[in-house]
Amino acid sequence: MSSLVRHNGLPLSEAMAFGLASAILFAYLPFIRIHGLPLVAYRIAPRGIIRRLNRDLGLGMRFERFGSPAEGTRRLNQLLEQGQPVGLQTSAFWLTYFPPDMRFHFNAHNLIVYGREAGRDGDEYLISDPVAESVVRCARADLEKARFARGMLAPRGLLYYATGKPTTPDWAKLGRRAIARAAQAMLYTPLPFVGTRGIRLLARQVSRLPDDAHARLYVGNIVRMQEEIGTGGAGFRFLYSAFLQELGSKTGYAALDPLAAQLVEIGDRWREFALAAARMIRDRDRFDGPALAERLRALADDEKKFFGELHAAQRAWAC
Amino acid sequence: MRERDVPQEGNATLGGYRRGVYAVADDGRVRLVASRGWEVEEIVTRQVLQDLERHARDARERALAGLTSPLEVHMYRARMDLALLSQITGLWRWRIRRHFRPQVFARLSPGLRQRYADALGISLEALGRID
Repeated sequence: MSSLVRHNGLPLSEAMAFGLASAILFAYLPFIRIHGLPLVAYRIAPRGIIRRLNRDLGLGMRFERFGSPAEGTRRLNQLLEQGQPVGLQTSAFWLTYFPPDMRFHFNAHNLIVYGREAGRDGDEYLISDPVAESVVRCARADLEKARFARGMLAPRGLLYYATGKPTTPDWAKLGRRAIARAAQAMLYTPLPFVGTRGIRLLARQVSRLPDDAHARLYVGNIVRMQEEIGTGGAGFRFLYSAFLQELGSKTGYAALDPLAAQLVEIGDRWREFALAAARMIRDRDRFDGPALAERLRALADDEKKFFGELHAAQRAWAC
Repeated sequence: MRERDVPQEGNATLGGYRRGVYAVADDGRVRLVASRGWEVEEIVTRQVLQDLERHARDARERALAGLTSPLEVHMYRARMDLALLSQITGLWRWRIRRHFRPQVFARLSPGLRQRYADALGISLEALGRID
């Protein structure tokens, strides 16, 4: 996402893009099940990040969906010929450059295509993907399958590109608003499964798990969502602290620095939770649902305190 | 997490890629650091893969014993479950479950077979086989 913005002339780091979109969150969604396990999210949906940045930075983002793969590919080629990098929503399962062990049916994988070349077996696209550090290639047929995968959150060929020329914004104004939005979502969302209350709800579920194979899959699922590629570790907590630091140095608001350090420590607690869970999955430690639940409750307390202080710092921020 | 504590444990499920992790550098700034993997990630990724493989193996044995059709085997091999296959093909779950019966599967129309083959990303011929 940040690279689409950079292409349009506004230097923006991944951390700033994430933070300005108030993307950090916690949500435990038991009614969305993947392989029978509930979805645990540590940030808002990628679509939401794009939409918020689009509005706040004036990117003039266009979104297009298509009825058929042929149409979708034609439009993609047309945009690439104009030199326009294009964002795509895809299913990770059909992307052949993915490590085989990472290919799951996950329909909200976003990547950026910025070129097309004739390869050995037809067209190949040049792709910048968060799983890989350098450029990867994907054949046309595979990319079509990935873009038109069906099922939950089906992309229906979604592509997006920026048309506006963003000017350098007032970082302090945007940052203040973004922080308020994030703190409010974490503390005051009136739903029991979102924010710090969502962590508590999840803790309650974990404490009730019996000692069986399903329980191990259940906690494994939480850890996987937390340490998945693109999270930057600890369910985006480290990434958000990078944002707080960068915003602090851009605007000279010193109160953000200690908060960033506090969030790094919370991220470390999340990593410790992951480690404890993994040891139980491998039976190096006895499976102990209540102990894991206790860690989650402590994390809920830590995050409640953190976002409370962040919110206070935001209100004290005169600009 | 300090930069020097970023795990470099060579997670095999990453397939040689490195993943970005944010960590605190010596100057106190949080920066993106490349990680060759953390054992914890490997454990949880392996865990789901093994679960899917177990289902596929189990289905294969039942298919060889004539208790289920190759369709169920290919479903698990494609890392899907009944709910997902139903969403992808647009067929009711009970209909797919019915197609798990070898006698029903054997009489399946070419159109339906093609629909399954497309959803699973395999050829028509491969759909009827188990190896």
